[in-house]
Amino acid sequence: MTLPSESPSIAAPTTTNGIVTRGVVKSFGVGDAKTFALKGADFSASEGELHLVVGPSGCGKTTLLSVIAGTLVWDEGEVEVFGTRLNGLDKGSITEFRRRHIGFIFQQFNLIPTLTLVENVSVPLLLNGVSRREAESRSAELLGRLGLGGRERKRPTQLSGGQQQRVAIARALVHQPRLVICDEPTSALDRETGHQIMDLLAGVARAPGRAVIIVTHDPRTYAYADRLTSMEDGRVSGVRHGAELKEFLSNHR
Amino acid sequence: MYRLALLMLLGDRSKYLMLVGGLTFSALLMTQQTAVFQGLLSWTTSHLRNMRASVWVVEARVEQVNETKALRDTDVNRVRSVRGVDYAVPMFQGVLKARASDGSDKQIQLIGLHGGSLVGRPPVVLRGRLEDLRLANTVVLDEVSAERLAAGRGRPLDIGDSFEINDREARVVAICRTERHFFGYPYVFCSYDQALQFAPRQRKMLSMILAEPKPGITPEKIAESIRRETGLNAYTTPEFERATNAWIWKNTGIPASFMTTIILGFVVGVAIAGQTFYSFVLENLRHLGALKAMGASNRLLSGMLMFQALTVGLIGYGIGLGLTAVFGLAVLPIGQPPFLLQPSSMVRTLVAILIICTLAALFGIRKVAKLEPAVVFRG
Ligand SMILES: Nc1ncnc2c1ncn2[C@@H]1O[C@H](COP(=O)(O)OP(=O)(O)OP(=O)(O)O)[C@@H](O)[C@H]1O
Ligand SMILES: [Mg+2]
Repeated sequence: MTLPSESPSIAAPTTTNGIVTRGVVKSFGVGDAKTFALKGADFSASEGELHLVVGPSGCGKTTLLSVIAGTLVWDEGEVEVFGTRLNGLDKGSITEFRRRHIGFIFQQFNLIPTLTLVENVSVPLLLNGVSRREAESRSAELLGRLGLGGRERKRPTQLSGGQQQRVAIARALVHQPRLVICDEPTSALDRETGHQIMDLLAGVARAPGRAVIIVTHDPRTYAYADRLTSMEDGRVSGVRHGAELKEFLSNHR
Repeated sequence: MYRLALLMLLGDRSKYLMLVGGLTFSALLMTQQTAVFQGLLSWTTSHLRNMRASVWVVEARVEQVNETKALRDTDVNRVRSVRGVDYAVPMFQGVLKARASDGSDKQIQLIGLHGGSLVGRPPVVLRGRLEDLRLANTVVLDEVSAERLAAGRGRPLDIGDSFEINDREARVVAICRTERHFFGYPYVFCSYDQALQFAPRQRKMLSMILAEPKPGITPEKIAESIRRETGLNAYTTPEFERATNAWIWKNTGIPASFMTTIILGFVVGVAIAGQTFYSFVLENLRHLGALKAMGASNRLLSGMLMFQALTVGLIGYGIGLGLTAVFGLAVLPIGQPPFLLQPSSMVRTLVAILIICTLAALFGIRKVAKLEPAVVFRG
């Protein structure tokens, strides 16, 4: 698959070509009810790779992903995404940062049922101030490349789960974000469709200047990883790539 | 995005119809009840438009146009001698019994006008000559009395026909048009002297004095002078209208009962629109969260909700106003119930509807403002 061309680079001077978190701490609640979802997470991911984040339920995967995406305020630690330090940004700038540079793919697809596919996909472009005409033509084109040509005017509920997730992928990519984050993108899909979606995401990830981070529970997806980060109890407990990753994968067949 | 916001709402047929329906109902209730109330209020001051005068002089305790406390005959001259008064004439006003063609008694509003000047004459004369009132035993009927006094006769009374007022013969010399009065009695005009003969004899027969200022002097000015110099009460037409309205507000339950319905319309609007819109927002919360994650600012999302709410508000207002107009067109020819749709009350209803929609949107906006975009990652 050919991907949308490179997006303009992020404003701040680039110090790293990827995503780095150092010692991120995040707690929920106060007093006795206070729980730590992240207890000093050090994570890194570089561009051109598909990153999987795995670990037992409740270990903080979703929380880490939310922090990196700038949708959740954390307590301590450093977060840097393609050279932009999120620590220094105020709320408005973080919102703008998400709008321009991050694509989201959710477990439940989260397409708006009352809008057509092309309208759903055009949302990130509209949010970035692209005109409706151009937004819809770019969206329709991308839907076509994702195998949904001719269905632009259908509604999400008229599609299968796999097709809906492809629409969600189109929506996540249409504004050519540098970072695409996915929380359990395949868990609502059957085996075959799950593989198709992972193929697609792997293609996206390997374009230069872009990174894809996928949180997953699904061992079927491990084989697609270029790098696999394991988490445990609010911390990163291991990173595998290259030969190490191959060995890990052969144990998980 | 505003277009998509609208599509999101339109796509939810049942909520959309519920919102438009509720707001239509609310707008209809508010404008229709206001129009009926304004119509009713205007009926209470129709004397002012059926007998036109610059200044109305009444007994000192009279607070509104429908109340009569007799004056002394000598009061006319006292008013005439007030500086700035060009002329002042006596006027009789009373409810009398007249005999209809079938022999039944009908109540009429008898107005006796100064024969020389005919000041206080009705605004529209349809047939005949008002001046013929100077002849003996003559009257001018409005269309309603011409109809009502002809009971059992097949066609309304007309010029040349006769009937009895208080057992005295009255001959019709003209037909005029009047605005309906609150009490519903039809108008019969005659000369002041004639009225004194029709009406049962009493010690004091003078109901009001109608006065005109000299050229270059305002009615307000001579009303003020008359009050000061004679101790009588004097009102210009707008003053008398305001005083009558104020009297109605103070002394009758009519405004309160209309206000109750109008407030009910507002409350129903807030309840239906607020409830429906809030549940629309709740049902779309995950989508709104997703939009927020994708970088929609609170401001944009609030604007979208506001836009949705105001759109249904304007649609509901339009339909409600249209239905009120249809109601008005249906009842105006019948003349019952009263109906007066004023631009100011249309604007007031519009403002009320916009407030309702803003309130409805605010509940949603508060919810969305507090929404953490990270919720979209939770299953
Ligand atoms: N909004 C919240 N309020 C309170 N506690 C929370 C909240 N979000 C997460 N937590 C807690 O933080 C911890 C980490 O949650 P998180 O969702 O990041 O885990 P996860 O690894 O994604 O789990 P799963 O695999 O089940 O999705 C859990 O103990 C969870 O209960
Ligand atoms: Mg999770």
